[in-house]
Amino acid sequence: MAARQKKLIAIVAALCASLAWPASGQTARRIVSLVPNVTEMLFAVGAGPQVVGVSTYDDFPPETKALPRVGALLDPDTERIFSLRPDLVIVYGSQGELESQFARAGIRVYAYRHAGVGNVMQTIRDVARLAGRTADGDRVVRELTSQLDAVRMRVRGRPRPRTMLVIGRDAGALRGVYVSGGVGFLHDLLDVAGGDDLFADITRESVQPSSETMIVRAPEVIIELRPGDQPAAAALQRERGVWNLLASVPAVRNNRVHLLYGDYLLSAGPRLGRAAETLARVLHPDAFPVADAAGPRR
Amino acid sequence: MMPGVAATRGGEGAVHLRLATIVAGYGALALATCLLAPLVGSTHISLARAFDRSIPFADNVDAQIFFVARMPRVLTGALVGAALAAAGVVMQALLRNPLATPFTLGVSTGAALGAILVITFSATVSVGVFSPVPLASLGGALVASAIVYALATRPGRAMSTMVLLLAGVTLNAFFSALILFVQFLADFTQTYRTVRWLMGDLDVGTFGPIVASLPLVLPAFAMFAVLPRSLNLLSVGADSASTRGVDVGRTQRLAFLSASLATGAAVSLAGPIGFVGIVVPHLVRLMVGVDHRVVLPASALFGAAFLVGCDLVARTVLAPVEVPVGVVTAMLGGPFFLWLLVRKS
Repeated sequence: MAARQKKLIAIVAALCASLAWPASGQTARRIVSLVPNVTEMLFAVGAGPQVVGVSTYDDFPPETKALPRVGALLDPDTERIFSLRPDLVIVYGSQGELESQFARAGIRVYAYRHAGVGNVMQTIRDVARLAGRTADGDRVVRELTSQLDAVRMRVRGRPRPRTMLVIGRDAGALRGVYVSGGVGFLHDLLDVAGGDDLFADITRESVQPSSETMIVRAPEVIIELRPGDQPAAAALQRERGVWNLLASVPAVRNNRVHLLYGDYLLSAGPRLGRAAETLARVLHPDAFPVADAAGPRR
Repeated sequence: MMPGVAATRGGEGAVHLRLATIVAGYGALALATCLLAPLVGSTHISLARAFDRSIPFADNVDAQIFFVARMPRVLTGALVGAALAAAGVVMQALLRNPLATPFTLGVSTGAALGAILVITFSATVSVGVFSPVPLASLGGALVASAIVYALATRPGRAMSTMVLLLAGVTLNAFFSALILFVQFLADFTQTYRTVRWLMGDLDVGTFGPIVASLPLVLPAFAMFAVLPRSLNLLSVGADSASTRGVDVGRTQRLAFLSASLATGAAVSLAGPIGFVGIVVPHLVRLMVGVDHRVVLPASALFGAAFLVGCDLVARTVLAPVEVPVGVVTAMLGGPFFLWLLVRKS
């Protein structure tokens, strides 16, 4: 009972608060982000201290782990978000209902949509501006741009292998394979890293090719991006071995199937530069001096 | 009302001849589909090259497409189609309900729960040629069947079809709720993958999973082979069947066990492909009558041809992108069934 009352009071308080400070044009001081890669952007532009709530899936930077969790794409906890008295809520573009709920309460909403690297840059600028850190946003975008440019320069003029960028697959089997199509940040990253996307002609973010299509399109390199840490050698070997089924595919024949692990590879945020370098090292090992073969810094 | 039952009282010889002719016809259809389907795909291949032993397999793209991409897929389609259609016939007879499907008693929802748990929690259990998702879905199917079976059987008595149905429907709802809960815990990409799994997929890539499913499928089909006569009598009613010397309890157990095994194997191979188990038996009944001695084998054969045909459409119509086969079975099967229904009535 008491908890409920408390929540009710919090909601009323939140409503009053939002009425007291008219939303537009103000710098956001209490930000709730339901989108992990945007949370990352906020921390990158130095707006971390202004973030008061994050989604259930946030785990980077580590500071987010101490923040209140307010649900995610499918299960946003509206009451909890209100109780945090935010003046800016970052939601997914598909969460229209939520958006109008906050709009009614006078809380500013930023709707994020997944798209290419250009959109990542724009989102960094947008959230930086909303957090009153326009200059920091510009700096982060400049840094990211120069990182990507550096990778592009490294691999410039080298033959671009036809690459299948795999973003999902059933464990232990060549089934349920999802690959990057011709749009989206992963497609853009592959382009920066000096690979030609095998499915560039399909204008979707992800494609599920049949084994026939994979055999016919014959990728020269297969790169699987997987979240989390690299598993033990035996498990890694087993997962890579799954691809041996496609014996005629050049990537398999020439031992150019790579399983890359790390959340940063799949996060459309400030770590894209590092992800691009990881891809480039796999696609063009010769372009990187042996001295720093250890891989990009974290 | 029941021409099949009437026929049993007629000349056995005439029935056997009719059975042989019809089954041979459907057999020819299934065989032709299975032989033709691997020749067609999103790309053109040369058969001569595919079978040319002088070219090493790793160099032979045509052979790769034929033996990795198409043959296992067609065989899986045939096996799954036959299993689901036959299981549908048996379920409809067992429950004496024309709306019964292989999935009515919770087998597919149990399988789905298993698959979804593995996808969501990225489990990596595998046994022999079974990779984690098929293994878990098979486990789920068997657990669901065991629960329904335990609920509906009383020692020394016939199963109550009412209890069977209600237990199955309730278990379906309960497992569905668990599935929703697991999906709720899953992240967005995992949810997407589970939804895709539910649409069915025959692209197994190797013969391994097919061979692995045989220890379940073969006993199921052996049981299907001895069931038809009892099913004919059972579909009139349990009481009248037992007065005619049918061991009702034994028939029900055989029917339940065979349908569950076949369905569990089919779902673990290809996901819960809908519509085959209900549309094929009814289509076949509209064409050949209701005698299970004809309907059961004809449905299995027609189911094989139907699913292989639907998968052919699925993999070619929007190539290089594929339509989920479960979508095709419903989109082709539905209107065709309605057309036949209207034309016959």
